[in-house]
Amino acid sequence: MRIIKVFTTLLITLSLSSFALAGDWSKIRVGTEGAYEPWNYTNAAGELVGAELDLARDLCARMGADCEFVQQDWDGIIPALVQGKYDVIMAGMSITEERMKTISFSSAYMTEPAKMSTIKGSPLTTLSTAKNLNLDDDSAATKGTIGTLNAALKGLRLGVTAATIHEDFANTYLDVDLKIYPTQDEMNLDLSAGRIDAALSDSGTIEAYMGTPSGANVTFFGPNIFGGLLGEGVGAGIRQGDSDLKAMFDKAIAEAAADGTISRISMQYFGKDLAP
Amino acid sequence: MLELITFGDTGWGDELLLGMIMTIMVSTSSLAFGLVIGTLFASFKLSNSLILRAIAEFYTTVVRGVPELLVIYLLFFGGGSAVMYIAKIFGYMGYIELSPFTIGTIAVGSISGAYSTEVIRGAILAVPKGQFEAAKTLGMKKSIMSLKIIFPQVARLALPGIGNVWQVTLKDTALISVTGLVEIMRQSKIAAGSTHEPFLFYTVAIFLYLFITSISYQFFNRAESKFSKGFVRESS
Amino acid sequence: MRFELMYESFFEIIKGVPLTLEVVFLSTIFGLVLAVGVALMRVSKNKFFSNPAYYFIYTIRGTPLLLQLFFIYYGLAQFTFIRESFLWYVLESPLFCGILTLTLSTAAYSAEIIRGGMQSVSPGYIEAGSSMGMSKMLRLRKIILPITIRQALPAYGNELILMVKATSLISIVTLMEITGIARTIISKTYAPVEIFIVAGSIYLFINFVITRFIKYAEHKVNHGSI
Repeated sequence: MRIIKVFTTLLITLSLSSFALAGDWSKIRVGTEGAYEPWNYTNAAGELVGAELDLARDLCARMGADCEFVQQDWDGIIPALVQGKYDVIMAGMSITEERMKTISFSSAYMTEPAKMSTIKGSPLTTLSTAKNLNLDDDSAATKGTIGTLNAALKGLRLGVTAATIHEDFANTYLDVDLKIYPTQDEMNLDLSAGRIDAALSDSGTIEAYMGTPSGANVTFFGPNIFGGLLGEGVGAGIRQGDSDLKAMFDKAIAEAAADGTISRISMQYFGKDLAP
Repeated sequence: MLELITFGDTGWGDELLLGMIMTIMVSTSSLAFGLVIGTLFASFKLSNSLILRAIAEFYTTVVRGVPELLVIYLLFFGGGSAVMYIAKIFGYMGYIELSPFTIGTIAVGSISGAYSTEVIRGAILAVPKGQFEAAKTLGMKKSIMSLKIIFPQVARLALPGIGNVWQVTLKDTALISVTGLVEIMRQSKIAAGSTHEPFLFYTVAIFLYLFITSISYQFFNRAESKFSKGFVRESS
Repeated sequence: MRFELMYESFFEIIKGVPLTLEVVFLSTIFGLVLAVGVALMRVSKNKFFSNPAYYFIYTIRGTPLLLQLFFIYYGLAQFTFIRESFLWYVLESPLFCGILTLTLSTAAYSAEIIRGGMQSVSPGYIEAGSSMGMSKMLRLRKIILPITIRQALPAYGNELILMVKATSLISIVTLMEITGIARTIISKTYAPVEIFIVAGSIYLFINFVITRFIKYAEHKVNHGSI
């Protein structure tokens, strides 16, 4: 009978709802995905770790608040913020005009261009383009680079993760057989397996994958892509009504950028400086 | 490769075991929740009221005709707002969070309940009419009759069907992984993503589910023989 | 409720219906063929046949379909030797992986339904047939098959509905069927409840048609001849 008692107690504890009131920022709940190495991921101890987790703790300390992390799958990450499941999104989310229709953002804490990747030995690796593709630049050179990319990718299978700036980019500029994945991890596996010919994502997360045994056959090609609908860097997503919280984050991020904290965290996880 | 499923901070063994416990807990509470609404809707279906019968019919048709994944998504995204909407009526403006466990139980329980409804309805109908009449003749109250005569028989008759519902419920809990509840499916997916070893972790997950299946199979077999004690089948 | 959005998204989501139906159709056909084989093995007195069939059914029925799909799609693709073998022609394609997973699943469930139907044919009928001088083939066609089908049809109808519902899972491996399109729309509109109600109604309608069709078939089998 004891086991039944323990079981019932556990059930009751598990089903208890948690209550939280808005407006008091001594505790800040941070929503993250936990499947986007090295930004945020889950380790073998089952804990959420990554550059954004370290940064969030640092920012919370500056704001004199306690950080609490909440895992949320990417496809529901904005609706759950709006509903109030957590107060801030820190999940490698780029600041874009499209998203600003629904939520607001802090200033950017890191910037990282998008880049395409493929398998070593693929004909795509020999593609030569300009080094950078800045979507804010409306010149003929930009159009030329997009044209070159499009010609090389025509009819090929390009992977992106759902509801990302990369999906938007592919839908807007490219004529490809688009494959949409729920998470970066799944897309990585399919890229290595050869189910897609190329993937478009932010370069940091693919670099982390290249460092693992199963990602050893992956390589970059094409230009660094940024600007325009790819947004203005990665920032913290905040509900539109919480302008006080946004101001607190902006201040803390500016401090962390100025004293080199962001650079240090970024060197630790990405091996390069992504500070804005 | 096998060091990946060891226990401790470097292996996923302990996490997977916790996932299995979570699967068992959420399956059990979903089945229980499903049995409660199953009993309710079964009595609706057998009632004389046309409205109650229509409500029960609508429920079982919709839940059984819409993919489980959609039912779970709907409750996951809509359930929170619905609760908050109700709370607002009572003047509470903050955020109320239903834990993934609660949402999972409600979602899978609602699906499970639709199947339980049919099982319980069938079991009630299978109780011989003479039993009701005999109880009435003895001057039993309706509540006593339900408790002493009908319930034990319905439980016995419904047990094999509930065993099937349990199996369906257990498997449906794998879909709650999309709401963030860390049970077997989600834990093995996280591990597969983090280590890039999907084959290993999905194989382990398959064995964990088969383990639960075989344990529960034995449990239901024993329960059936216990409930059937002293019972002689009328036909054959 | 954003009704206008629901109205607009209906015409987007409906574009996923052909893919859903294609997957249901192909998996059901392949699955039924496989199921007859598995059911025959399962009832065989030879353990060499009945044991593999038993474990196949046990494994498929004891594990979630989502897990089976992940195992086949991501688990098997992990190995270079599989990627270099002829199997890769099937496993490379998300569509074929989806059809393969659903085929195996429905084969296991249908095999049990068919077995149940076969066992409902009482030995007396078969003896009667042979004493009338019927050949083995004739007995199968005139006695065993009609009774099996009549017995199995209602349960098989349920299995078809389960198949339609199961196709919603293949959206997870990049296929844009009803649920896949619905999720894409949600990621842009953030209106999950509205969009899933539209998608759910479409499934409900498909299943309603199937239920009617099975009822009609049951009527035919019970009152006509096949």
